[in-house]
Amino acid sequence: MKPAFSVIFLTTLIGAGQGLFLALFTAESYAAFGLLSPQPTSFYALGSACALLFLAGGLVASFFHLGRPERAWRAAAQWRTSWLSREVIVLPAFMGTVFLYGAAHGLGVNPALARLPSGAPINLTAVLGAAGTLLAFALYVCTGMVYACLRFLREWHTPLTVINYILLGGASGFAFAALFSAWALPGLTRFYAGWALAIAFIAMVGRVAALVRNARLKPKSTLQSALGIKHPRIVQKAQGAMGGSFNTREFFHGQPDALLSMVKWFFLAFAFIVPMALLSVATVSEAPAPSLTAAFIIQFAGLLAERWFFFAQASHPQNLYYQSVA
Amino acid sequence: MPAVEEIKKTTCYMCACRCGIRVHLRDGEVRYIDGNPDHPLNKGVICAKGSSGIMKQYSPARLTKPLRRKADAERGAGQFEPISWEEAFSTLAERLGRIRATDPKKFALFTGRDQMQALTGLFARQFGTPNYAAHGGFCSVNMAAGMIYTIGGSFWEFGGPDLDRAKLFVMIGTAEDHHSNPLKMAIAKFKRDGGRFVSINPVRTGYSAIADEWVPIRPGTDGALLLAFLHEIIAKGLYDRDFLVRYTNAGQLVNADEKSDEFGMFLRTEVPEEEACYDPQDKLWWDRNTNTSVVTHKPGADPFLLGKFDLHGVPVKPSFQLLKERVAQYSPEWAEGVTGVPADTIRRLAYEMGVTARDQRIELPIAWTDSWGNEHDTVTGNPVAFHAMRGLAAHSNGFQTIRALGILMSLLGTIDRPGGFRHKAPFPRPIPPCARPPNHPQAVQPNRPLDGMALGWPADPDDLFVDENGGPVRLDKGFSWEYPLSVHGLMHNAITNAWRGDPYRIDTLLIFMANMAWNSTMNTVEVRKMLNDKDEQGEYKIPFIVVADAFQSEMTAFADLILPDTTYLERHDVMSILDRPISEFDGPVDSVRIPVVPPTGECKPFQEVLIELGSRLKLPAFVTKEGQRKYRDYPDFIVNYETEPGSGIGFLSGWRGKGGEKHLRGEPNPAQWEMYAKNDCVFHYELPKSYQYMRNWNKGYLEWSQRNRITRYAEPILIHLYSEVLQKFRTAAQGKGYTRKPPAHLAKRVETYFDPLPFYYDTLEGQATDKHKYPLAAITQRPMAMYHSWDSQNAWLRQIHAHNLLYVNTHTARVNGIEDGDWIWVESQWGKVKCMAKHSEAVEPGTVWTWNAIGKAAGAWNLAPDANESQLGFLLNHLISEELPTSDQGGDRRVSNSDPITGQAAWFDVRVRISKVSDGDTPPEAQRTEPQFEPLKPYPGQAQRKSVWNFFAGAKK
Amino acid sequence: MTQLALVIDLNVCVGCHACVTNCKEWNTSGPAGPMVDQNPYDKNPTGTFFNRVQTFEVGEFPNTETVHFPKSCLHCEDPPCVPVCPTGASYKRKEDGIVLVDYDKCIGCKYCSWACPYGAREFDEAQKIMKKCTLCVDRIYDKSMTEEERRPACVRACPTSARLFGDIHDPESEVSRAIREAGGYPLMPEWGTSPANHYLPRRKIKLRIRHDEIERADNPLKIDGLLPKPDKAEPALDDVTSW
Ligand SMILES: Nc1nc2c(c(=O)[nH]1)N[C@H]1C(S)=C(S)[C@@H](COP(=O)(O)OP(=O)(O)OC[C@H]3O[C@@H](n4cnc5c(=O)[nH]c(N)nc54)[C@H](O)[C@@H]3O)O[C@H]1N2
Ligand SMILES: Nc1nc2c(c(=O)[nH]1)N[C@H]1C(S)=C(S)[C@@H](COP(=O)(O)OP(=O)(O)OC[C@H]3O[C@@H](n4cnc5c(=O)[nH]c(N)nc54)[C@H](O)[C@@H]3O)O[C@H]1N2
Ligand code: SF4
Ligand code: SF4
Ligand code: SF4
Ligand code: SF4
Ligand code: SF4
Ligand SMILES: [Mo]
Repeated sequence: MKPAFSVIFLTTLIGAGQGLFLALFTAESYAAFGLLSPQPTSFYALGSACALLFLAGGLVASFFHLGRPERAWRAAAQWRTSWLSREVIVLPAFMGTVFLYGAAHGLGVNPALARLPSGAPINLTAVLGAAGTLLAFALYVCTGMVYACLRFLREWHTPLTVINYILLGGASGFAFAALFSAWALPGLTRFYAGWALAIAFIAMVGRVAALVRNARLKPKSTLQSALGIKHPRIVQKAQGAMGGSFNTREFFHGQPDALLSMVKWFFLAFAFIVPMALLSVATVSEAPAPSLTAAFIIQFAGLLAERWFFFAQASHPQNLYYQSVA
Repeated sequence: MPAVEEIKKTTCYMCACRCGIRVHLRDGEVRYIDGNPDHPLNKGVICAKGSSGIMKQYSPARLTKPLRRKADAERGAGQFEPISWEEAFSTLAERLGRIRATDPKKFALFTGRDQMQALTGLFARQFGTPNYAAHGGFCSVNMAAGMIYTIGGSFWEFGGPDLDRAKLFVMIGTAEDHHSNPLKMAIAKFKRDGGRFVSINPVRTGYSAIADEWVPIRPGTDGALLLAFLHEIIAKGLYDRDFLVRYTNAGQLVNADEKSDEFGMFLRTEVPEEEACYDPQDKLWWDRNTNTSVVTHKPGADPFLLGKFDLHGVPVKPSFQLLKERVAQYSPEWAEGVTGVPADTIRRLAYEMGVTARDQRIELPIAWTDSWGNEHDTVTGNPVAFHAMRGLAAHSNGFQTIRALGILMSLLGTIDRPGGFRHKAPFPRPIPPCARPPNHPQAVQPNRPLDGMALGWPADPDDLFVDENGGPVRLDKGFSWEYPLSVHGLMHNAITNAWRGDPYRIDTLLIFMANMAWNSTMNTVEVRKMLNDKDEQGEYKIPFIVVADAFQSEMTAFADLILPDTTYLERHDVMSILDRPISEFDGPVDSVRIPVVPPTGECKPFQEVLIELGSRLKLPAFVTKEGQRKYRDYPDFIVNYETEPGSGIGFLSGWRGKGGEKHLRGEPNPAQWEMYAKNDCVFHYELPKSYQYMRNWNKGYLEWSQRNRITRYAEPILIHLYSEVLQKFRTAAQGKGYTRKPPAHLAKRVETYFDPLPFYYDTLEGQATDKHKYPLAAITQRPMAMYHSWDSQNAWLRQIHAHNLLYVNTHTARVNGIEDGDWIWVESQWGKVKCMAKHSEAVEPGTVWTWNAIGKAAGAWNLAPDANESQLGFLLNHLISEELPTSDQGGDRRVSNSDPITGQAAWFDVRVRISKVSDGDTPPEAQRTEPQFEPLKPYPGQAQRKSVWNFFAGAKK
Repeated sequence: MTQLALVIDLNVCVGCHACVTNCKEWNTSGPAGPMVDQNPYDKNPTGTFFNRVQTFEVGEFPNTETVHFPKSCLHCEDPPCVPVCPTGASYKRKEDGIVLVDYDKCIGCKYCSWACPYGAREFDEAQKIMKKCTLCVDRIYDKSMTEEERRPACVRACPTSARLFGDIHDPESEVSRAIREAGGYPLMPEWGTSPANHYLPRRKIKLRIRHDEIERADNPLKIDGLLPKPDKAEPALDDVTSW
């Protein structure tokens, strides 16, 4: 496929936004169970604002993908069948929840809505946080499924796609949380850096698993099945459009294989290895901010590359029909 | 307001096939063009080009104003200023008037892929110049001449394969054909009906793609293959003896006395010969029953086809015996070495033809009477059909190859019979047809029409158009000893000859609908220089060039005066039987165009231009006795013009007579156009069934044809297995007989090639080439979605063929170190081009090929200077020379790169070598083809090129 | 239930592209139009077409087959392009199985084109919406046209009638019969999309000529062969026997 920058930014930005939100609510949950000391509400409010920024950035990017953005609202229509439609519904719902969550913290409006049998209160932010968590995961699933559901894009058609959207988004979100806390609430830095390190590691395992799987994929469609001609040697001589067509523009990355493999090593290093090293440094460092800043930026760059690669690597069966210009 | 939609019918001219179309208009703009289901030719179908007529109509390449070269601009620079039509006409009338009053041959009129040779030919003849020809000579004249001199009809537009009834169809050297849509329809139906389709072609594309068997052959060697077929068919007795006896000259006795002046001539009875142009029935057979000589077709007689006899001391042999002796040497094993087709395949195919012809005979319950008065209850046929086109024609050995094909078809008994070859009116015609070219220089006189048709059919050396010394009278040297049977002229040499002043200089060259500065010229780079070349006085060697075109072609750039023509949707036109016919097997057809949209800008139909000029110049056919203009306009001319006063023959054959009650002949009908308009713009005369077959010898048909003045005589047209016409030229070349003799330096040439029996020889270029140095044959093919040079301006079609590559057999390419997509040099002895290579398994290893005329000069056709056509596309013509050196004829004499018999341009003879462009030669900016030319700029009056086009017909502007 | 479709006969398609440009011509001024052409006279001209013809070479010289391969939307019976569309702009009609795009609803997200394994959809870069073959739905039901005209433009244009049109669910239709009798097949069956359009394969006609068919008793050579008629003067048994 041809990687579209709108979609690369959409998925990476909202992934990070979702991860950041999950990180915030993780801390609040730890605190609720007394595993961490409670944090000032401003931390959550500001953190939510950051998450919203990421999400909004993604949303804006997504509009660049639409030919007719003014009709974007129509995209909510087909939630029964379309993961894209579902994503389109869940994203604003999630953003709304994040907003409410941040606002509740920011305005200090946090009444107990119910009590557990143990007597522990269930606060408004806990309810919003739990809802947000559910929506964040739902959004990951939607985003992942947008790709994973396309069964003949076999590189994508695997549970690993969804899992990796969760893990990669989570890793970048937690890495940002670590950076954010280093600046806003240094006490949590080590906590987040640890989480980020762990998620990055699992994400790397997941991503490598996907790479290994994809490397072993044998194309299910062949020129033989595409044309219905049983002969081992079939070569295209003309595709019917010498100046190119939508089919030659949308489904080919147009880059040499060498670049693809370079990008692969680049993202393995930048999305995982280097950030993990920097995060490890941060967990022991006295002044972790610089290494966390570097970790997040490098990781995000790595993730952009990862997403580029994710699209580029997917080989669309339609390309069987578009192999030779003249 | 709702859009106004209407449908108008006319005839397509996105190519020369001439299908019936319906043009749908929305608010006056062309919305859709589809095939006319009621048209006999295309029955509703249409092709890629026809469907893209909208993009031609609204193309920014269109010329819209008469243009004059700026006084200070060089030719070829494409710098013009608009002038009025009045100025254009007065300039022309003044100049041409002067030429006509002094030396009419200094005006030359050449027309390309047009369909109005009846009118352009008339104009030239009336003007009095011999220098007129259309595209035939560089197109397929070998096909016409080779077959018409053999069977009295031919493929191309004059006849074709009857695929409705054939069982085996052998197609040779055809990629697209003129009869494009009908042929496609017929092949598909033939295949659906279970027929077997064999294609003989170095390349497998298009039609060959769907052949049941592809027989790859080396270019230029089909003669060898066909002769080997003949060898096998005769050796196994697989010929139709009855057919040969009755309908060919197989049994006619030929003088076999080598010492005699009459050697090679038929023996004749003493019947005094009538001054007429047909083949009189005064030849002899050797009768098997009486074992004596008898006049052919004597009732009860049956000739020996084989043997040697003694006629009062003269040794004689039947033609067929001579043919048998000739082909004895051409065994399949020999042919394998020449053609690359395995001997087993050759044998198998010969048997397939012979056995199918013999055992699958068709019998139709159609009674008819032959020329000798025998009544037949049925029409029979041998269902083996052939079709061939330029793969045979465009070689310098094409004439003899095509003769071999005609003879093969005749041996199988397939001429004008069901399932075989079928004629189209006005064919068959006598062998050769009656019109003769003028034969002496005095035929050209100031202020007088030419004495004779500029183009005709020589029957013997006395019909050549030469002067006392045997030198050519025509600029293109047509009908000279160099190309005696050049029945369509040699347009491809006109510019070179005019530039060199050999045989003489001319003054004005008028080019209509031909792109002679590009794809229809050989040696394009040099010819472009000649068009621009000046003599010592600084005068152009070709002083004045007028181009009538509808588009900004490469040729227009070299014009001194450009006359902007209309498109086919804007003008009246006739597809006349006097011209290239569109007849069907079952009878004559002609058709018209009626404008469906008004002319663009100041465009004027070239037809109107000719009538205006003819009137101003007072050419007799265009003015009254008093010298007054006779015809208001072209439609008026078409209605009222008669070939001779009162002849009842005009350009159109339908709805003649005062009230439109007559056909073919009749007085002018003032409402003729309306009647065509009401009848789908087409007139189709269906012959009675009994006149539809065996027309060479069908008494009813021949008399009908004579009554309707399609032919002058109703004599039977016997097939010439043995060609006495050719023998007459050979005899003259041997210094024998009473006719004119060729100049010494051409005697050997004429003697060699004018063989009365078909024979195989290597092409002239092949003979002049070191094949180790130039091991590959380079040919072109027509793409179905593009017409010569003129569709690159078409926004839809050019997306299909934006540029061309050179297809090379994968193995051949690898041996030369060339990978798919590599940039390569292609070199012939005459030039070189740089282009991209494409591997292919569908091409014979000794052949490379490309699509014809896709490559363009930068900026031409109002394409952007960096458009694919000029930067990635290339023209093979740069590699082809228009002349060949003739070392054996002494000095630097050069002859046309053409068939030595007919002057057919030998496009497909060129030999090349290929090599990879070394990387150093190709920095990224050099990734473009060569040669390149200074980009042309748009002319005044041309529309701006759009960069995005959302075409929606009738959209409110 | 009706499922309209094209059946394309590769046995007769000569790759002429008539179906390509006639489709463009019909549709660019119709409900789907205009269909953009970009760089129409510049470098790399490109545009929106609903139907393309491609060429493939099968096998190696000299056993090469050249295959011309037209391709437009296959109107899948289980079209993967439809459920993924977020707006419902892509839909499959119940009454005749035609898969269409509602140009007023489409947001141009291109997602449906990703979901089509055949590359049958083309995005219109000017209007920024997705387009594709409509099976000429604006022709086939148009009562103002004659019955002959009420067929897809490409089908009417095709000079070899390589394009058949009809209801593949009606076993008696021309298309069903063609699929049955000529071995019609769908493209990429592995995805279970059940394309309605089918392709008919190449079929070869061979002639088998037996050796004993070549020469026959009535061989014309015998008539002319001057079969050896010995000279009367040559010696004969008559001269030497005395029985
Ligand atoms: N290498 C190679 N060269 C070849 C051939 C080949 O096979 N290989 N084929 C040869 C053959 S067979 C032929 S017939 C020639 C054809 O060669 P040409 O006869 O030169 O044909 P075109 O290139 O189509 O050019 C005809 C001109 O007609 C113009 N034209 C189009 N429509 C109209 C109109 O309505 N009115 C006027 N006035 N002009 C119009 C076009 O703009 C163009 O300039 O090419 C020959 N050249
Ligand atoms: N679409 C379209 N239609 C056209 C035209 C066009 O430009 N475009 N041009 C029209 C004109 S002017 C003409 S003359 C006709 C020509 O109609 P065709 O004669 O069909 O056209 P070409 O493409 O020249 O065909 C030449 C074929 O002969 C093959 N060939 C070359 N050399 C040999 C050989 O030595 N032996 C054999 N057996 N085959 C050989 C080539 O591979 C090619 O397939 O088409 C007319 N129709
Ligand atoms: S074959 Fe095509 S271009 Fe030629 S006349 Fe017919 S429809 Fe027009
Ligand atoms: S061919 Fe593609 S666009 Fe057409 S219905 Fe099938 S999946 Fe959808
Ligand atoms: S591009 Fe249009 S039709 Fe396709 S999925 Fe998006 S909204 Fe639906
Ligand atoms: S059915 Fe209509 S829209 Fe579809 S390819 Fe044919 S002409 Fe084009
Ligand atoms: S119109 Fe017919 S023959 Fe021509 S490419 Fe299309 S399907 Fe094939
Ligand atoms: Mo031609």
